[in-house]
Amino acid sequence: MSKVAIIGVGQSAFVRSYPGSIRELAFEGFKEAMQDARLTTKDIDASVICSAPEYDKQRSPAGVFAEYMGLNPQPTFYVESLCSSSSMGVRLAYSLVKSGLHDVVAVIGFQKMSEISSSESQERMGRGADIQWESPFGTMMPAYYAMFARAHMEKYGTTLEDLALIRVKAATYGQLNDKAVYRKPVTFDMFSDPENRMSGPVASPLRVGDCCANADGSSCIIVAKEEKAKALCKKPVWIMGLGAATASVNLAGRDVFTGLAVAQKAGKQAYEMAGVAPKDIDVAEVHDCFTIAEMMAYEDLGFARPGEGKALVKDKATYKEGSIPVNVDGGLLSKGHPIGATGGSQIRTIVLQLRDEAGDIQVKDPQIGLVHNIGGVGLYGNVTILAR
Amino acid sequence: MSSVKEVDDRFKKFGTVSFTSITKTNDFIDYLEKGKVMGTRCKGCGLIFFPPRADCHQCLAGNMEWSEITGTGKLVTYSKLEFAPIGFQEDVPYCIALLDYGDYKVFGRIADDLSEQDIEVGMQMKTAVNTLPNGQLNYVFQKS
Repeated sequence: MSKVAIIGVGQSAFVRSYPGSIRELAFEGFKEAMQDARLTTKDIDASVICSAPEYDKQRSPAGVFAEYMGLNPQPTFYVESLCSSSSMGVRLAYSLVKSGLHDVVAVIGFQKMSEISSSESQERMGRGADIQWESPFGTMMPAYYAMFARAHMEKYGTTLEDLALIRVKAATYGQLNDKAVYRKPVTFDMFSDPENRMSGPVASPLRVGDCCANADGSSCIIVAKEEKAKALCKKPVWIMGLGAATASVNLAGRDVFTGLAVAQKAGKQAYEMAGVAPKDIDVAEVHDCFTIAEMMAYEDLGFARPGEGKALVKDKATYKEGSIPVNVDGGLLSKGHPIGATGGSQIRTIVLQLRDEAGDIQVKDPQIGLVHNIGGVGLYGNVTILAR
Repeated sequence: MSSVKEVDDRFKKFGTVSFTSITKTNDFIDYLEKGKVMGTRCKGCGLIFFPPRADCHQCLAGNMEWSEITGTGKLVTYSKLEFAPIGFQEDVPYCIALLDYGDYKVFGRIADDLSEQDIEVGMQMKTAVNTLPNGQLNYVFQKS
């Protein structure tokens, strides 16, 4: 069976407010990936454009982007699964290549969140939940994840201090990432200082420091069939495993509140497809839109047993030198979370790690990496396993 | 004679801000007005749905009957919001929560008169109709 590779990766800087239009923002990630892969637009057989469209005035961005990137007359696809859109885009690209329909596919994720105010943004994000039966109560993403945090604390004795350690780790690496939106240090003491912004309440039990930053950004992943990858690329990174799952949008339809069922299911599928186990993962990117989300990811992916995720961060096992480095690029918490661009950015980090090109955040000699990318509050889950 | 067709948009009364006005479950609002919180039950296979729905994915029948949410449920989890999305700022602070009734769960708000010290995960609560200051209707969880 022919394999499928990633032969180019790119992303824009993640910034608070991008001084340009969405097509120009998307071009930044695309350009870096094309230069990385040393391709011309003639080499790209199709594009997959990924975002959550409610932030944009532009209807159907895929066609607009295809023209701006120089990808006419090749076909283009539009993929949306909220915050996991670009991981889902890579899943689509894999199947397009595997089927033989296209040889080289560019997956471009983007989001320009700054087009609307922060509270408007919260309202739109809240509408990623059940707008008929939940949103009329005034829901927003931090509050949903806070409900999971509360359940995790009740069942396993997890504390706010455990969660703060995850934010401190993210900031440790965000400072080293010149593409990150939040490059300042965060110390443990900030969370116990009522004067400090980090300790401010958002949705109990989560505080400001537990939440990721909105950002504008783009990412691009170039996916190719084996023969093309070997001909075009010195260090192809292979897609070994893919998992994807969905769950009830309304929390009333869920059974688990101390983890995300979609992550557990997608993880299991990806491990089985790749023929590896959690202990084989050398470096991982997980969807830490909130600190609790990273804690649950440790457990949902099998890096720790249920309820024991806190020991990983306390023991620094998820730091760069630890046994399972997680989010050593700053994660969503410090790097920022431009919805449609996030999955591609996570995949880019793991590809650079597996190529030994991650610079200051390079983990020692990783062979296998994992990306965990969630849409909504566990509405969509994607897990991707990559190997050098 | 007016040629304008009457639109059944009763659902716009649900919650502080409703994002849906037309649904086949519009009768939910009439029941709220009568003080009842209702789910639906499939007459074909007996499956109970909350939130209520018009279609059964198990037997594909569209033959539902209304069924009242009665008794108490266990508080699974909650969060107190200190910030709110647009349209909800005047409600802050408020708690969103989930109750487990066994056969189904109910997502909603905790009653405003309950302070956070009195809220405990695992406690038994009941679901009751509530009229909001802006005249809209929702339901809240009260101490049982």
